[in-house]
Amino acid sequence: MAVSRATLFDKVWDLHTVGTLASGQTQLFIGLHLIHEVTSPQAFAMLRERGLGVLYAERTVATVDHIVPTQSQQRPFADTLAEQMIRALEDNCAEFGIRFYNIGSGSQGIVHVIAPEQGFTQPGMTIACGDSHTATHGAFGAIAFGIGTSQVRDVLATQTLALDKLKVRRIEMNGSLHPGVFAKDVILHIIRKLGVKAGVGYAYEFAGTTFEAMNMEERMTVCNMAIEGGARCGYINPDAVTYAYLKGRDFAPQGADWERAVAWWENLRSDPDAQYDDTIHFDAAEIAPTVTWGITPGQGIAVDEIVPRPEELPGEDRPLAEEAYRYMDLAPGVPIVGTKVDVCFIGSCTNGRLSDLREAANLARGRHVAPGVKAFVVPGSERVKRQAEAEGLHEVFLEAGFEWREPGCSMCLAMNPDRLEGRQLSASSSNRNFKGRQGSASGRTLLMSPAMVVAAAVSGAVADVRALLEPTP
Amino acid sequence: MSRIVSIEGRAMPLPGHDIDTDRIIPARFLRCVTFDGLGEAVFADDRRQSGQHPFDAPHHQGARILVVGRNFGCGSSREHAPQALAKWGIRAIVGESYAEIFFGNCVAIGLPCATARQAHIEHLHTAVAEDPQIPLTLDLEALEVRLPQSRVPVEMPAGAHRMFLAGTWDATGQLRAGLAAIREIAGRLPYVDWGSPPGSSLGKAG
Repeated sequence: MAVSRATLFDKVWDLHTVGTLASGQTQLFIGLHLIHEVTSPQAFAMLRERGLGVLYAERTVATVDHIVPTQSQQRPFADTLAEQMIRALEDNCAEFGIRFYNIGSGSQGIVHVIAPEQGFTQPGMTIACGDSHTATHGAFGAIAFGIGTSQVRDVLATQTLALDKLKVRRIEMNGSLHPGVFAKDVILHIIRKLGVKAGVGYAYEFAGTTFEAMNMEERMTVCNMAIEGGARCGYINPDAVTYAYLKGRDFAPQGADWERAVAWWENLRSDPDAQYDDTIHFDAAEIAPTVTWGITPGQGIAVDEIVPRPEELPGEDRPLAEEAYRYMDLAPGVPIVGTKVDVCFIGSCTNGRLSDLREAANLARGRHVAPGVKAFVVPGSERVKRQAEAEGLHEVFLEAGFEWREPGCSMCLAMNPDRLEGRQLSASSSNRNFKGRQGSASGRTLLMSPAMVVAAAVSGAVADVRALLEPTP
Repeated sequence: MSRIVSIEGRAMPLPGHDIDTDRIIPARFLRCVTFDGLGEAVFADDRRQSGQHPFDAPHHQGARILVVGRNFGCGSSREHAPQALAKWGIRAIVGESYAEIFFGNCVAIGLPCATARQAHIEHLHTAVAEDPQIPLTLDLEALEVRLPQSRVPVEMPAGAHRMFLAGTWDATGQLRAGLAAIREIAGRLPYVDWGSPPGSSLGKAG
């Protein structure tokens, strides 16, 4: 039974509670519903079967991201199944009056990139989407979580969900990150320490000076991967950084509404004496650039460590480690640095934002992708792409030998033509290293920050990004 | 709406922990606009690689109860995963623990997931290994799995448990019953009004 009280999670939950269902679950109002082409077509079919409409069409936002090709986006798509999916979304949005950011609209992109950049995502909202990385939006102090297709149907039909309340774990991290250590390393470190199932039944509140010092895009990277630690959602209390990011965005409150909004948001923050079900402390200084070596995001190590020896692991972790050594073809006790890579991918809802591309470009400038390595950059949205090009980042990447693509989810889950082949090993800024995740049943993925992906691309092997940093005067 | 009180049938043990939904149904099979046909693709890559996957074993054909380890169904929110299992013929899952979204997706499609202690899961594995034809009953009322010679206690969160027994696991109808209350809550949330941008041509809530 949850004991949390006066946290942002508790406050937002209470404000959105419609009632208690006969099952004992809470009926929760969903303030913003994001949909895309993969998990919505069956939900619309279910609506039609039942003769239902979309209750709050103006609180529903659609885009296409998972199946979008990143090279030619010429319609119809060469992939007829992908073409069928995008048509279904176009038809459903037209029929039910849903705002849709299609390819070429200027604002299409990964659903978790476009909603924040347009100001749809705001503090204190409940947000749901048929995608587990909906946790991303918690960076704004929203309670945001992934749902399945039947639940997408429920939100379309009623703007509510039947849910059990989560417990709240405060993950407090204080201190400054060392040079070369990024938000991605922070969340990989937390998952490494707590495990991939520690968060089941919890919302994670990320708190402390380390998160307070992060910009919004860094906070999104952290919250994005809360799900990889088993937590349904993760959030950071809204503050001046949040408000500064939101102000002036297309769908952010304007004029007198803005002042009212900030006052409301301030009241939603966790109280200083809020009660948590659990609190765990971390020190930012203990985090190094981190890279995964296995087949879950929890199987990570500092880049200068060795792949762990089975005897050093807790007994219950050993079977999965054995499976990982076999699948990844990595030997225990050997340094991860120097592991040859075939493909380098920068993009995804974790690390396909402008700040990620800037960091990557800074390191790629004046360097070149190693021979035999395929390296490519996929911006998270049309807006990210446009802005990156305005800053000349694409030229930096192209000169360094990276490919520069159109926006989409791309090789994070490889529902489009971007896929690993055979046993290829990728250095990836995405969020999952599951077996077969990047499109080849035997393909292998090492998760790392975009900066570390650049280091791997120019070295042709896993490398410590700190070696590429300019020495400080 | 149908009540789900007990599931009888043969069991199929699936060893391993942290089995993610990308493995249950690889992403390329998500290129579809219906859930039809997913049953054949369940665990497609694991099956091709292992050559002796439980889902291909002749003695497990027709099995209805899947026995799994810890954190089953982690990762992607794709409902395609429980849909693929259900379309293959799985009617219930017994395991040590489940990822949250997966569990919710299973409830939503009427596929009960019960939890049991590690020792009891091992007991089920052993019993099925000795006799794959052994009949099992997952009794949700008694919260136990019955075998001819033994029984194993199982658990299920109270809300989901009540929904299966009452036949209310398909939430849409119950949620719609609260339409007036939904509008009232929406009216109290300040951002519902901030959310309509200038020049928005979209209609208000219907």
